[in-house]
Amino acid sequence: MADESIQNGDSQASNNDITMAEPAPLPSASNGGDVEVKEVKLEDLFADVDSEDEEFPSSRPQETQPSSSPTAAPGSPLEIGISLKASDPEILRSFYQRLFPWRHLFQWLNHSPTPTNDFAHREFALTLQNDVWRRYMSYPTSDLMRKEMLNLLPSRIEIGPVYTTNPRDRKTVRNASAFKPVAKELCFDIDLTDYDEIRTCCDKANICQKCWRFMVMAVKVVDAALREDFGFKHIMWVYSGRRGIHAWVCDKKVRTMDDQKRRAVANYLEVIKGGAQGGKKVNLRRPLHPHISRSLDLLAPYFQTDVLATQDPWLDADRAAHLLTLLPDRPLTTALQNKWDASPGRSSAAKWADIDAVAKSGASKSLDARQLLEAKQDVVLEYTYPRLDIEVSKKLNHLLKSPFVIHPGTGRVCVPIDPRRLEEFDPLAVPTVQELLAEIDEWKEEAEGGGSGSEDHHTVKEENAPEIKKEDGGPAAKRTNIQDWEKTSLRPYVEYFRSFVLTLMKDERDARVKREREEADGMEF
Amino acid sequence: MLRQDFSRIDPKRRNVVDHRKKQFADPAYKETAYPHRLNFYAVPPTADITLEQFEQWAIDRLRVLAELEACSFRNKSPTETADHMKPLLEKYLPLGFNSSNSPKLSAERQKDHYSHFILRLAFASTEDLRRRFARVETMLFRLRLNDDTAKERNEFVQSLNLEWDPVSDEERRGYASELAALTGFRKGIQEEETWFKVDWERVPDLVEGRRVFLRAGKAYVPSRESTSMVIAEFTKRLERSLELTARALPRLDEDDRLTPILDHLSKNFITPDASYSSSTSSVPDADISAKNVDALSSSFPLCMQHLHRSLRRDAHLKHFGRLQYTLFLKGIGLNLEECLIFWRTSFHKITDDTFNKEYRYNVRHSYGDVGGDSNRRGGGYSPFSCQKILTEHPPGPGEAHGCPYRHFNLENLTALLQQVGIADRSVLQGVKADKEAQKFHMACNRVFEHVHKNEIKRAKDDGILTSAQLETIVHPNEYFKRSYLLKNLGKGGQDVKMEEA
Repeated sequence: MADESIQNGDSQASNNDITMAEPAPLPSASNGGDVEVKEVKLEDLFADVDSEDEEFPSSRPQETQPSSSPTAAPGSPLEIGISLKASDPEILRSFYQRLFPWRHLFQWLNHSPTPTNDFAHREFALTLQNDVWRRYMSYPTSDLMRKEMLNLLPSRIEIGPVYTTNPRDRKTVRNASAFKPVAKELCFDIDLTDYDEIRTCCDKANICQKCWRFMVMAVKVVDAALREDFGFKHIMWVYSGRRGIHAWVCDKKVRTMDDQKRRAVANYLEVIKGGAQGGKKVNLRRPLHPHISRSLDLLAPYFQTDVLATQDPWLDADRAAHLLTLLPDRPLTTALQNKWDASPGRSSAAKWADIDAVAKSGASKSLDARQLLEAKQDVVLEYTYPRLDIEVSKKLNHLLKSPFVIHPGTGRVCVPIDPRRLEEFDPLAVPTVQELLAEIDEWKEEAEGGGSGSEDHHTVKEENAPEIKKEDGGPAAKRTNIQDWEKTSLRPYVEYFRSFVLTLMKDERDARVKREREEADGMEF
Repeated sequence: MLRQDFSRIDPKRRNVVDHRKKQFADPAYKETAYPHRLNFYAVPPTADITLEQFEQWAIDRLRVLAELEACSFRNKSPTETADHMKPLLEKYLPLGFNSSNSPKLSAERQKDHYSHFILRLAFASTEDLRRRFARVETMLFRLRLNDDTAKERNEFVQSLNLEWDPVSDEERRGYASELAALTGFRKGIQEEETWFKVDWERVPDLVEGRRVFLRAGKAYVPSRESTSMVIAEFTKRLERSLELTARALPRLDEDDRLTPILDHLSKNFITPDASYSSSTSSVPDADISAKNVDALSSSFPLCMQHLHRSLRRDAHLKHFGRLQYTLFLKGIGLNLEECLIFWRTSFHKITDDTFNKEYRYNVRHSYGDVGGDSNRRGGGYSPFSCQKILTEHPPGPGEAHGCPYRHFNLENLTALLQQVGIADRSVLQGVKADKEAQKFHMACNRVFEHVHKNEIKRAKDDGILTSAQLETIVHPNEYFKRSYLLKNLGKGGQDVKMEEA
């Protein structure tokens, strides 16, 4: 209970702060706007207001940006980007205006093309420029959300649960208990900082390709369990922008699970337990549960290459001593200790092989072969099995950072990862917002040369009012309807997200149609 | 009499009562038969009983429940609990088997049935009471279910009409190796074992403990685990009906006869956990301030000493560590201002800005200085009891909270004890034995007695310790209070006061 209310930490206090905070200035209207504004009115007649700003995708010269924001917010003093910090309001404005896939985000949370309460009653929590945290925000449509984000320019957007009523109206509900969270994706959070005890390449918030392999292992194991064991289908993996990975399980049945079921899934998956002082972190019943044996089969090859060879976790004596505490039988461990003391600098792979060699040589009379095998399995799991931050998964009302938000420290976009191409994913190659904005400019230059390239993209875009532009001629004609994200390296990620969302929506629609048909059938009899 | 309770429904509403709330709407007298020893308490009683019976039956059941809860607080194992409860159950709430053919069977079962429903009325009012009531009733049900003979249990389970699909032989052969992994090494047993297949959501506790095989959202449950499914079903239905009872309570406008009894009953259902309040815990005349915490920490129990040491070593604690320690400090009488000073100075590696942004709010929230109405009215959270520390949120990587006796391995625990100056072999041996027997609070009390052995002896000799002060400690703040008082026996006014008393 206690922690729940902390997380839920009624944010009255901070809300008060926020109302005081000065709203960020409105995005200044585009300069030669008159003509276009009229056209926009025309387009308003079409359902898709979203196209409004996509009509002027590249009209604003990027080069002037650094100088145009002398008042760059004093924000948190994080890394300085190439030219501007990722949390700079100008950068954020361009990003939210041109690159952020608002409509896909809306469809993802709404589960249908027409607005429903799934989206309207969803809580969003925003971290604003002055580091004020604002909870219980909600929006009826993606356009209104986009509009407000352009207004507020939050450095971080978090997604909470769907509530029984609109979160903005929570104070007007007659009795407080009627305002309850009812649905949210099941989320998982895995963070490389939890691997500090076993990784040797980096620590704290730093990561490299070597330790990213732990995330690859984690995704494989968790994804397999969720799909095969629980039968979940719509699982989206998202790079958190710095050192971790999130999973969003979006199946309809999963979203309405209560805390007890969430806790059951989380604990089913949790194997590594105990704090710094707990000693052995893997303690499993034998015979191994099918989920554990499958995970062990999945992880064994990674243990050989990515742990033993790459991480070399027992190279120094201190860490090797930890390995010995995990093994049974005193005579065996003493024999190993002596052997390793005699030849310092032995690699981890050699030490791992030594265990069996020494055991076979008969150094210990009391050794139980099965016990040793089980201990070795436990070691493999301790050094490979995913280390979940399970508190995130246990509670329906936990907030988690939205996909496609920019990580303020690294400037990297929080992008979804296609699990089929997991091995290829390189977190350090994920584009930063500054790079993306530069890419838009570069693309524009290319397009002016060729112009035909844009036709290819025509099929992808979703606007249904492109013709008006063409008739108008003039400079506007050049601005085709290619969306800005398509010009950048964000494109594959948005496309993957879109296909994920479409499959999800299709499933929900099919279920609805089926149910309606059944109901209709029922009526006939 | 009970009939009246359930029939007092606003006449206008009677027509719109949902069929699910029928238990409150249909007052017709119904003869209740008790074919089984156990009861899912689905149908409320309708016969008349006297006021004396009403009170006496409720009190008897309450005794049993309170004792059961105490067993769980003392970390007794299921068999120990069963042994402990046997005489009590026979005395207050006997429940014979069908096979006994005793003439009292029906009366016993009636008492069980009625007392359950009376307590439902008494404990439906707040969410906290409902949760505790559901928990102990489940414990009682589990105890009796395990106690049942196989035959009667099967009959009872079948009477419940739970929808379980049997697993076909073909399917069982297909998953032979997976299913074998769950039945253990006992060869041959697997052949006899029957399996049920249900949606995994129906057996979350079995899934949580990885005690079932999962495939495509279906849980394959061995028949021996079916008790836990029955119990889960029992809890689920009880929780739901308690909610309904709570909603119906305002309509129970019976005031002068039942309400006082019900009030009285719910007030008596108080546990060591809940009885703790800051007024009883603070020590007079002590200098409880931020700068004095270091000195006071010698009187802290091991869990708090470990937090304190970790904090001093790292100049940081993770979330649950901060929470556990903040609430403890609040409990010993450190006020909010001092507590903020304490944390600010302890986190000396961070800037004021970071502190204010990331930590200040949580400390204030713990004190009830900010947050929702209920948090502020309640003055924040109460300090964690041993029960809570032992059972909730085991520490993860890099976390220092929890109970060292439980969450440390033996070597690290011994090392920590030695660091705080406990080197006596017999004490360490005793702690080891306690830990192995999972009697973590015994280990803690053992250490307490060792550390304070001289003071306790003196206090006993002088006869200034009341018997209450010698009971087992089940709260970290109680540990501090006693430790502090004992250590300051010979000093100043404290001494005089105690001798005078």
